[in-house]
Amino acid sequence: MVENRKPYEQAFFASKPLWFTKFLRTFFLWQLIKFIIINVKMTLMILKSHRG
Amino acid sequence: MSKIVVLGSGISGHTAACFLRKYLAKNHQITVISPAKKYNWIPSNVWVGVGDMKPEQVLFDLEPIYKKANIEYINAKATKIYPEGSNNIASPFVVVEEIASKSEKIIEYDYLINATGPKLNFDATEGLGPSKNSQSICSATHAVQAWENLSSQIKEMKAGKNKTIVIGIGHGMATCQGAAFEYLFNVESKLKREGVRERAKIIYMTNEYELGDFGMGGMHLKYGGYIVHSKTFTESLFAEREIFWIKRAHPIKIDKNKIEYETLDGAFHEQEFDFAMLIPPFAGVGLKAFNKNGEDITSSLFLPNGFMKVDGNYNPKPYSEWDAEDWPKTLQNPTYKNIFAIGIAFAPPHPISKPMQTPNKTTISPTAPRTGMPSAMMGKAVAQSIANLIKGKNKPLHTASMAKLGAACVASTGTGLFSGTAVSITVYPIVPDFKRFPEYGRDLKYTFGEIGLAGHWIKLLLHYAFIYKAKQKPFWYIIPE
Repeated sequence: MVENRKPYEQAFFASKPLWFTKFLRTFFLWQLIKFIIINVKMTLMILKSHRG
Repeated sequence: MSKIVVLGSGISGHTAACFLRKYLAKNHQITVISPAKKYNWIPSNVWVGVGDMKPEQVLFDLEPIYKKANIEYINAKATKIYPEGSNNIASPFVVVEEIASKSEKIIEYDYLINATGPKLNFDATEGLGPSKNSQSICSATHAVQAWENLSSQIKEMKAGKNKTIVIGIGHGMATCQGAAFEYLFNVESKLKREGVRERAKIIYMTNEYELGDFGMGGMHLKYGGYIVHSKTFTESLFAEREIFWIKRAHPIKIDKNKIEYETLDGAFHEQEFDFAMLIPPFAGVGLKAFNKNGEDITSSLFLPNGFMKVDGNYNPKPYSEWDAEDWPKTLQNPTYKNIFAIGIAFAPPHPISKPMQTPNKTTISPTAPRTGMPSAMMGKAVAQSIANLIKGKNKPLHTASMAKLGAACVASTGTGLFSGTAVSITVYPIVPDFKRFPEYGRDLKYTFGEIGLAGHWIKLLLHYAFIYKAKQKPFWYIIPE
């Protein structure tokens, strides 16, 4: 058992991703879509910042 | 003809100087005074600190860029401001000390932009800093040294030794947790790639009340069908990577291999380490100001921490009365209207995170972050304001309040196209505004967190795009700040 995930140790209370979530993080096609989405969201945020 | 002097060539000062040159005709003189000969794209120093980038990839010479752009460049350190001039010189001026000759020189100005950035205040904690017992990534030189130190630890781990690595902050009132957070993930990834991860116990030491505070009081994000606090998001990242954390901490003394620290409950502890990268607190660079008669007026221009007063509300008030409206908008000095301060050089009216004190009266809470994206936006806004003032327009000054600006933090590991991964966090606005966004203080459409390869591509894209922009290559100005 990992030291900081033992009962009542700090990481015991934290959520951890399952395999599918981890898989999506490096799955090229899904990340390509995410890349577009994040870029659009960041651009909108920047535009909003510039407008004040 | 107007003379505009920019003190500093970091992200905010360089942005301001470049946009001023774009907005103003050639007959107006723009002068950058900086003790640095090279521009440093600081956000990529984390990659230098793990040996994934060479310092040449984050540094370039300023002089040829300014020469080409018709911006005067003086390699010097500003020491004094005379905003009313003196008995002998009618116009306002700054006194600078040239780096090469150490001689003093007087530079007159019509408009002054203070973009001097921070003094890295390693002296605030005994034993802190790359010349003492801990490492830093606040400059490319520091990052190179951090990597040299880390790589020797990796060699020992490969030889079978176990190591303790501490990454975080070096003082209870330090800021820039984002940089420590990024470096932490890069080190963890580097150790994995070097095949020695199981030999290292990695500990994150922070002054944050909870993980994910980032000096911004944390943030709420839409994640996995819930609105979660960044604490949940960050703790999950740490747990997944088997990284330990020590929060609410104020390092008191850094010995050769031991950190003595106090926690918010007033208890004192020790943490041993083999490698520690601890971000120092920031202070102003120590500029002095004098009136026409030569009397010291530093306290009317600067707060005691050395940061310059601008159009913020500096009246002390309790946390419950803090307001987004307290934050400076035009970044113009209220007394001397031809002086502006941007980036880290301006004085925040108060922190963003709630101030906390131990029973021993030690303050343990992050100060407000104001690096990177908001710094560049402030530089552009002030350049627009000064250009308008020079052109005699009656338009109101441009604004860049941190209560109206967003920021992005991308903690990316690795530099290959397919080998890296990243944590991308975007927040809008940086200073929560509970009048505009009553529930969480922030707009949840633009406040989000993502984990994956996509963020890594964004970080790479930003690295190359911002260095292209800073080098003033064709159409540099269309790249947003």
